[in-house]
Amino acid sequence: MTWETVIGLEVHVQLRTRTKMFCGCRTTFGDPPNTNVCPVCLGLPGALPIPNAAAVRLAVGGALALGCTVHPTSVFARKNYFYPDLPKGYQISQFNQPLATGGRVGFDSPERGRIEVGITRLHVEEDAGKLIHDRFPGKTAVDLNRAGIPLAEIVGEPDLRSPAEARAYLTTLRQILIYAEVSECSMEQGSLRVDANISLRRPGDTRLGTKTEVKNMNSFANVERALEAERARQAGLLESGERVTQVTLLFNAATGQVKPTRSKEESHDYRYFPDPDLPPLVLSPSWLEERRAALPELPEARRSRLESALGIPAYDARVLTSEVALADYFESVVAAGVEPKTAANWVMGDVMTTFNERGSFPISPVRLAELVSLVRQGVVSHQAAKRVYQELALSPDEQPRAAAERLGLLQVSDQGALGGWVEEVLAAHPAEVARFRGGEAKLMSFFVGQVMKRSRGKADPKGVQPVLADKLK
Amino acid sequence: MSRAAERVDSAAATARKTGERLARAETLNATLHWSQELLDAEAARVDSMAAPGPLGGMPIAIKDNIVTVEQPTTCGSRILEGYLSPYTATAVERLRAAGAMVAAKTNLDEFAMGSSTEHSAYGRVQHPLDPTRVPGGSSGGSAALVAAGVVPAALGSETGGSVRQPASFCGVVGVKPSYGRVSRYGLVAFGSSLDCISVFGSTVDDAARVLSAMSGSDPLDATTLDRPPMEPPDTLGDLKGITVGLPKEYYPADLDPGVAAGLRRTQEVMRGLGAELREVSLPNSAYAVPTYYIVAPAEAAANLARYDGVRYGQRRVGGDGDIRALYRATRGEGFGAEVRRRILVGTYVLSSGYYDAYYRKAQEVRALIAGDFRRAFASGVDLLLTPTTPTPAFKAGEKTEDPVAMYLADIFVSAVSLAGLPALSLPAGRSEGLPVGAQLIAPFFEEPRLLAAAGALERVLSAEAEVR
Repeated sequence: MTWETVIGLEVHVQLRTRTKMFCGCRTTFGDPPNTNVCPVCLGLPGALPIPNAAAVRLAVGGALALGCTVHPTSVFARKNYFYPDLPKGYQISQFNQPLATGGRVGFDSPERGRIEVGITRLHVEEDAGKLIHDRFPGKTAVDLNRAGIPLAEIVGEPDLRSPAEARAYLTTLRQILIYAEVSECSMEQGSLRVDANISLRRPGDTRLGTKTEVKNMNSFANVERALEAERARQAGLLESGERVTQVTLLFNAATGQVKPTRSKEESHDYRYFPDPDLPPLVLSPSWLEERRAALPELPEARRSRLESALGIPAYDARVLTSEVALADYFESVVAAGVEPKTAANWVMGDVMTTFNERGSFPISPVRLAELVSLVRQGVVSHQAAKRVYQELALSPDEQPRAAAERLGLLQVSDQGALGGWVEEVLAAHPAEVARFRGGEAKLMSFFVGQVMKRSRGKADPKGVQPVLADKLK
Repeated sequence: MSRAAERVDSAAATARKTGERLARAETLNATLHWSQELLDAEAARVDSMAAPGPLGGMPIAIKDNIVTVEQPTTCGSRILEGYLSPYTATAVERLRAAGAMVAAKTNLDEFAMGSSTEHSAYGRVQHPLDPTRVPGGSSGGSAALVAAGVVPAALGSETGGSVRQPASFCGVVGVKPSYGRVSRYGLVAFGSSLDCISVFGSTVDDAARVLSAMSGSDPLDATTLDRPPMEPPDTLGDLKGITVGLPKEYYPADLDPGVAAGLRRTQEVMRGLGAELREVSLPNSAYAVPTYYIVAPAEAAANLARYDGVRYGQRRVGGDGDIRALYRATRGEGFGAEVRRRILVGTYVLSSGYYDAYYRKAQEVRALIAGDFRRAFASGVDLLLTPTTPTPAFKAGEKTEDPVAMYLADIFVSAVSLAGLPALSLPAGRSEGLPVGAQLIAPFFEEPRLLAAAGALERVLSAEAEVR
């Protein structure tokens, strides 16, 4: 029996501000518990919230990047519930008048080709604190450093049809938000969190099945795994004639299973109402236009620009724009005078490998350009240049030429030295020499390779060939 | 002797005398925290100021729902017993910068919910003229101290009449500013869209000076208006050219005869000063009390959710030992009956399925009530004159068993709060020895007009004369 999977995601991203949503406390990750707190974010008697203009600006940027309509008037609302990590007993959020509605995200589905997912709404709110259960035996501790951190909640339409598609959507969404400089989008630091709603129905059915909500996923890969597990669980229920009940499930990455939350299933009534401490958020049309104009170039635009303006292949453009930093680095290398395709090969090769290992670029684009120009000038071979790159990664202040010299990697085109290596290679491979002389001309590249190897990359390949040809006569 | 030395003597002497008066007034149960030591420290601070400031050494009592670093802030509740705020309210900071001395923190109905100051966890406050009567509320402690001559001025807070009503009962001046005129930062929230720090004064001038010193926008309160602080008004010699509206709905046939007599006399005095009096109508004010008792509890239910025993204040661990039990025990035992009642009402009116019928409807009615006032003022009326309360001070215990009867004590003051307008209560004589108050209401942000007219009236009305 086949089922259609319907998935909708709610994504919370931390807006990259220096201070919290409604007070001046710092948002630094990893500070000692309860050090970034004040009367406002502790919910002390008499304290009042003041909206953070930077957070609003970032949320507006995110909304515009996702193609949403940003509303000139939106309203902060109180979402009421009791929990020890919620200092005021309500969260300041937005409810029936959110900041923005009606956007879309386009991306390549692994199964369906190019698709678009609708964005229902984007609103701003404050985060809650964190409960720590493993610090004091038998007790729960509360850390309120996170309380009041500015978030944008991005609610997507139930337009996704598979766990893999959900993952692809998240990858694209993250890329857009990073490009738009809205959020760091780091799941490890909790600056991006995903709640997934999933239901199954018969293909062709227009009504939605009963959905469940899956939480507690700490990577995009785990979102996919969790949704696969939940899809299988629901299909099992439906196929054995049972019904899916509306529950919240937690994903356990160790077992790969989803389990209903222990908290009893009470339907929450959050009693939303406009927060009387905060006047409506009014944004002028001219300011919104300014924000739109100030929006950084987004991934799709950059991809097509790299293809058309620099003439690099579509695949390269896609890889290079996967991260803003990579694309920026690539463009700086090109700006420093390197031919675009050569720059792309370097950046997608050794540079990307070290970037992925370290999370940063060990040498500046200008240094890389210097290195590449040494290859072009025949000062070092391409092979030697890769060794010089590894060396520079360890001592980034050194000049590429000096490093090549120190390592003895300067290309040798001196006839005497080349002749010496050629003699040694021919002496070591008498059988191949005989076959070459017998007419196997394609062995020339074998001999060139052997000479390069013997010279440990120093021999100038262009100089080697005439010497070989001469000695093999 | 230098002038500076004279000033030192005079500030210290004021602190001393204030302390003696506070000690003599203890039987009123009007104060929750004060000490001679803190008073002396305040005097020393004022003395060390380069200039005495506009309030030069004035001792001011502060309602105990306004936070100060030096004293506890309990809001008259067990749940905040011993609570010390790490910061001081903006209004108090401004008064101190203007040269005022904080004299005491005063008793109140728990979390400012009440009209008699009988709902304090620390006992009821006595009326200074009759110990068997209430001083009004919820700012009864501040009203009683000013009425007893202990301090010339005191801060209260208004959500729905909590300064004007006790001012009327105690025979002092009570001024509620426009919403957004005075910062709420540091005023413990009750009904945030209504709450205003307000002032009691022994005279209009005292109240006006205090109000002007603490007014003005505050970067810590997003609901303050971005306008300069209020200048103390010029005093008027008469009321010539001023049109006073008498809203007929505020003069019901069953108005207490003493109150009615007080208002008749006030009207005569106003005519005598050259004012033109004219009947107007505010038909939707009839719905003010029920509207208020939806809006204020709804906001209160959310505002009081933070008293959960987790971070500060009193904590009770319940039977099961889990977090729900902690909430139940802390809040069940920490809050008094009237506070619990309003939290329940507020939770109910915001509940899904009831929101439209109650909260949304109340907001619509609130807009209609405000519209009535706008229309009246647009029709050429400069000020409105009404009784402040339907009766003089009632007996202690008279209304504690009947919450609705208690709520109706605010029938003439609630509409103004819902409309966010400035208003004051002025002593208008006495009926059988008990003070009667006249309420003047002005358009939004027209406090100078309100206070100037009240000042002119005050000079002619004899506050202590019997009316009939």
